[in-house]
Amino acid sequence: MKLLFERSVPGRGMDLLPACDVPAAEFDPSLLRGAAPHLPEISEIDLGRHYTELAKQTHGVNDGFYPLGSCTMKYNPRVNEEMAALPGFTQIHPLQPIETVQGCLEALYTAEQLLCEITGMDGMTLQPAAGAHGEYTGLQLIRSYHLSRGDTARNKIIVPDSAHGTNPASASMVGYKVVSIPSNPEGGVDLEALRAAVGPDTAGLMLTNPNTVGLFDPNILEITKIVHDAGGLCYYDGANLNAVMGHVRPGDMGFDCVHLNLHKTFSTPHGGGGPGSGPAGCKEFLKPFLPTPHVKKTETGYELYAPEQSMGKVRSFYGNFLVVLKALTYVLTLGKEGIPEASAGAVLNANYMMSKLVGSYDMACNGLCMHEFVMDLSRQAHDYGFTAMDVAKRLLDFGMHPPTMYFPLIVHEALMIEPTETESPETLDEAAEVYLKILAEGMEDAEKLHHAPLNCAISRPDEVGAARNPVVRYTFEA
Amino acid sequence: MGSYIPATREERQKMLESIGLTSMDQLYSIVPEEALLKELNIPEGMSELEVAQKVSAMADENKKFRSIFRGAGAYHHYIPSIVKTVTSKEEFLTAYTPYQAEISQGVLQSIFEYQTQVCELTGMDVSNASVYDGAVAAAEAVLMCQERKRSTVVVSGSCDPQTLAVIKTYCGSRDVPVVVIPAVDCATYLEALKAALTKETAAVYVQSPNYYGVIEDMDAVVAAAHEVGAKAIMGANPISLGLLKTPGEYGADVAVCEGQPLGMPIGFGGPYLGIMTCTQAMTRKLPGRIVGQTTDHDGRRAFVLTLQAREQHIRREKASSNICSNEALCAMTASVYLAAMGPKGLRQAAESSAAHAHYLAAELEKIGFKLRVNKPFFNEFLTDCPVAPEKICAALEAKGILGGLPLDGGILWCCTELNSRGDIDALVAILKEVCA
Repeated sequence: MKLLFERSVPGRGMDLLPACDVPAAEFDPSLLRGAAPHLPEISEIDLGRHYTELAKQTHGVNDGFYPLGSCTMKYNPRVNEEMAALPGFTQIHPLQPIETVQGCLEALYTAEQLLCEITGMDGMTLQPAAGAHGEYTGLQLIRSYHLSRGDTARNKIIVPDSAHGTNPASASMVGYKVVSIPSNPEGGVDLEALRAAVGPDTAGLMLTNPNTVGLFDPNILEITKIVHDAGGLCYYDGANLNAVMGHVRPGDMGFDCVHLNLHKTFSTPHGGGGPGSGPAGCKEFLKPFLPTPHVKKTETGYELYAPEQSMGKVRSFYGNFLVVLKALTYVLTLGKEGIPEASAGAVLNANYMMSKLVGSYDMACNGLCMHEFVMDLSRQAHDYGFTAMDVAKRLLDFGMHPPTMYFPLIVHEALMIEPTETESPETLDEAAEVYLKILAEGMEDAEKLHHAPLNCAISRPDEVGAARNPVVRYTFEA
Repeated sequence: MGSYIPATREERQKMLESIGLTSMDQLYSIVPEEALLKELNIPEGMSELEVAQKVSAMADENKKFRSIFRGAGAYHHYIPSIVKTVTSKEEFLTAYTPYQAEISQGVLQSIFEYQTQVCELTGMDVSNASVYDGAVAAAEAVLMCQERKRSTVVVSGSCDPQTLAVIKTYCGSRDVPVVVIPAVDCATYLEALKAALTKETAAVYVQSPNYYGVIEDMDAVVAAAHEVGAKAIMGANPISLGLLKTPGEYGADVAVCEGQPLGMPIGFGGPYLGIMTCTQAMTRKLPGRIVGQTTDHDGRRAFVLTLQAREQHIRREKASSNICSNEALCAMTASVYLAAMGPKGLRQAAESSAAHAHYLAAELEKIGFKLRVNKPFFNEFLTDCPVAPEKICAALEAKGILGGLPLDGGILWCCTELNSRGDIDALVAILKEVCA
């Protein structure tokens, strides 16, 4: 379909602003740009239709099943959107006098309190704008703590090889060296490997629990103890919190700090890649290092203050405020019974769907899973010549978003399925049928799957060519 | 209590039985007993009606000003109606990062269009799909300029203090030295900046228009950086680029902007948009998602996430940055805004903002608010105050007007196309009274 620029006709456009009612400002010509930017000149109706057409070529949660493992693509409640669109929030300047923004500060303070209780933490910053940003902030808390004690030798972060790629990347962002330790076959921490890895240079351990194979690590208390005994701190990657919220808290598992993905666990929409929000929470002893400013409640109202040993700022102002509002609306809606019910529902749905596929597909692990499960297509790849990629691409023809592919890295032909609690049993039944049908197709004619998808806007794109000769913007004719 | 689980209690019981369990608790039997939570200590859930009332009551606790003369990093511009219509489409709103290109062409194409538009705006060659905000864009920019024998970053203190704070945090983590050159007379102290440059300088960061609204001598800054072999990074206000000379024209290596003025509400600080663009030569150092054009198996034009060898899911600890989620929907917002405005409308917004600010400055001078410096400015400027700035702002607040930001003993004023002549005259009339 046409690009915006290919719809442009010179002289077209919209009448949006009035003529200026004061004399023009005069600038020295040397300060002005030479030529106008090539922006589209387009009528409102054509612009509207352009995006309607683009929307038709975009699959969101509202278009169909979206079991993208590790991403928690649950339903995004409409009331959240409505609350975040209230002019009493959207039209508030971030630098207004403090007494005129008490409602915004109350929202931030309340969200922090609720999320602290859910995670078992004592303080939390809402400034980070996404999960990886929260990881960076959490690790910076750990770094600030060690340095405040004059403990400069601790410069290594231990990360299991099953971890999300952001974990080692975030560790590098705070200047730490990454020690990768092998996982056991269940994706859990190999205790012997961990004991061998910790020492006086250990700054901390980054862990997600349930792990990326979808299993809860039963040794979790032992794991966090090993790290603490060595003088390190424990960081909880909250990407998989939707499995356990309201049932077990990172703080009670022995973690010292945590980040959350409000755009996963707390139902805020992902917007095609953001804006998200990645609050970073911590235990009492790390609170002095939180970013500035932080909200506190006093007898006369809410105030902003700088924590005494603050790491500084990781973003301007207070973070993705309107996204935090959506998550706040969600937590207030679910409340003390609804939060654990949601996570139990997520675990139930994952196990239910897995039970329909086990026996036909090989699972990376046996037994109950948490909120997601990982299938391994290695046998099909070897025996029939079709892969996890082929199955994923064929799923597109059925109007379903494929699972996460080729992750975790410790499973070779991985498909990671996370249905979430907001899918009905019928949806799971239908999806399982499609998965079984595709398996049968592949065993009969693997070649057919290699050509999938057959019914999408495009067939498989040439990714190698895209990277070899990057075309990353439209070129205008001279 | 609200719930978004479709399955009824009976259905859930049946599902449990089908997997060989009898109660929901058994789903957590693997969790060590001593770690299990007995009770979550938060309030009980609410119906949609109740929660809407509760959150709306918080919104009502805020004061909404009918007229805003404050900027300092968050700018109140007109948002065309079509912007909200497009970005609230549920397909865009509820999609994840476009990993599966075949059913994500809509999002991918829109990012490609965004990349093209911001390259046009900044005069640069390449853009990523966005980062978290303008301050983080500046911090990522100084990190992408790091070389083996060049790490020091020189920053002009005339930039937004929040940007400087984020640069310091990011650089501090990696022990990257940051040399801050304090601003003199509301602008970059060029001689001191030049003196600070060495063969170990990796990058120079200067914002123009700067925090005080002043248009900096970027020709001199870029020349000085390049003379020692360092990269020049320019921070800009994207609306100003409808009128003013671009980072590309100045010869900058990296250009960053806070993209909020392009169709996003001030929204108590976010979500905003980090615009990040660079020269062709620096493409592979650019962090974050980038969309590229390619063809599909049948030869049709197609768009994909590309150059992923830079990114965390491939490179892990060797990645150029840890960023994955960015501000995609905000980037789309900016893209729709720029398309709706077109070259003419954007120039009009820029000219109108500048004209209103210059008119306000002239009117203020007439009643004794002296401009702190006599330098070219865009839509913000700092004045002295005949009476205490706090007294002035309080008087304005009583009339529903958010005055400029009290700063350095004076006031930092801001205008956009929304501050009409009538609003400005009303403001000046009130100030006259306060100062009388």
